[in-house]
Amino acid sequence: MSTPFYVSPEQLMRDRADFARKGISRGRALVSLQYADGIVFASENPSAALHKVSEIYDRIAFAAVGRYNEFENLRIAGVRLADMRGYAYDRRDVTGRGLANAYAQTLGTIFSSGGEKPYEVELFVGEIGDTAEADQLYRLTYDGQVVDEHGFAAIGGAAEAVGGYLKERYTEGASLEDAIKLAVAALGHTETEDREIEAKNLEVAVLDRNRTQPRKFRRIRPATLVEILGSAAPTAEVEAAKPAEKPAEKPVDEAPLAPPAEDDGEPPIAPPIS
Amino acid sequence: MSESRIPAAYMTPGTSSFADFLTAQSPELLPGHHPVPANLGDIAPHGTTIVAATFPGGVIIAGDRRATQGNLIAERDMRKVFPSDEYSAVGIAGSAGLAVELVKLFQTELEHYEKIEGTTLSIEGKASRLSALVRGNLPMAMQGLVVVPLFVGFDPDSGTGKIYGYDPTGGRYEQTGYSGVGSGSLFAKGALKKLYRPDLDEATLVAVLVQALYDAADDDSATGGPDLTRKLFPLVHVITADGGRTLPDAEVAAVAEAVITGRLQRPDGPIAELEGGR
Repeated sequence: MSTPFYVSPEQLMRDRADFARKGISRGRALVSLQYADGIVFASENPSAALHKVSEIYDRIAFAAVGRYNEFENLRIAGVRLADMRGYAYDRRDVTGRGLANAYAQTLGTIFSSGGEKPYEVELFVGEIGDTAEADQLYRLTYDGQVVDEHGFAAIGGAAEAVGGYLKERYTEGASLEDAIKLAVAALGHTETEDREIEAKNLEVAVLDRNRTQPRKFRRIRPATLVEILGSAAPTAEVEAAKPAEKPAEKPVDEAPLAPPAEDDGEPPIAPPIS
Repeated sequence: MSESRIPAAYMTPGTSSFADFLTAQSPELLPGHHPVPANLGDIAPHGTTIVAATFPGGVIIAGDRRATQGNLIAERDMRKVFPSDEYSAVGIAGSAGLAVELVKLFQTELEHYEKIEGTTLSIEGKASRLSALVRGNLPMAMQGLVVVPLFVGFDPDSGTGKIYGYDPTGGRYEQTGYSGVGSGSLFAKGALKKLYRPDLDEATLVAVLVQALYDAADDDSATGGPDLTRKLFPLVHVITADGGRTLPDAEVAAVAEAVITGRLQRPDGPIAELEGGR
């Protein structure tokens, strides 16, 4: 047997981090913004079936970029954890902080264990409270770090350009329409140009404090998006003017197709568990 | 949510049924998991009468508020009708504590499926899941802790309301028109037999169901009638294409008061028409 090469722990971790970062940067960006009545999540996502943003519980949402099969596993685990806790205790005992912690521990353990490849994912766990001050937005990285974000944040490929764009223009307490416009504009921003993204290629969802139901998660329908974003779909000319640029080959979608979601914008609604 | 890594079983794709997941991961949390001595039925509070009926475009379920323990009244204001999701509801008769747990599991089951799969179950699918939960309770039923639900929902495919009755072994029977469950349901169904018409509108059907519950309370000591002194009235839940809503107390109170006013004139309630219009 040959003697294995010595690799310093620093080098090992750097390699693993590079590996994860590379995977994540291949996908498109996803942004999350706090607005007056909650939190909005937006991403460029041509698929209507494979969601990047999903409901976890009454006031908690999940948004992720990277490898679909990996973050889908995390999403399902989150739904199971939340439902298990809500069933065993009470709906109020399910918290975003607890969920973010569980994700952080999981991602951290996987990242530093030699036996597993690091997850190529980055995610948001958002939770709304009764007031904007009580809203929480956690950003989790592939190695299990948790960042408590305030106001806005971006993850995924081109996150820096998109985040920079948001930083210059973000205002607190914006309306939902303004927040969505800003989020979409940010998604289309790169160092070299600003694109307009078609409504049908967008996935936008919100945690909306104003919903009367206990479940506050809501998808924004493409039709509503067109209304909000104004100038509908770009014309064919504009399309053609943008040659087969560009980056972001689809985020590696290799998981089996999820069944198509109902696209009525309103998620199924649960009554209060009494 | 524990402070350490999420257990592998949570991360494994597989079932979208919360009850199945619970059975595999934390069976101690299942209603009726613990072995019990025989004939606990005597000490467990017992919920009583639920009625349901369909009308064009929807379905209504209503229940009285009483739970009994032997010859005593255990609860006067118990809730026995629960929305299980936006388009369905469940009423329960039998062992009260166990039944409420079962409903909580059923509600979680439906919501869990929606979140995991991104779509809702069909009405038949929901009814079938409830069957499985009731069947899971069979060992408890053998010890006297019987839970029998009545499940109603709106079927968006056919645009009609549906009613499913159950037996303690989980048998599921789709009902036509109207149905009832619980100790007073014999009398309630007798009343419905004479009062129910398939083409009644929503408001009239609510009144018919309150009449039926009144008849149940009239003859069954375990069923509570409208309680004017404490302002306790039956719970009525209406489901249509627009979703489900539990009628506000004031609305049911008005119906119940009208029923009582009528009964002051004729204690046995409205007269059904005989052939020849007599």
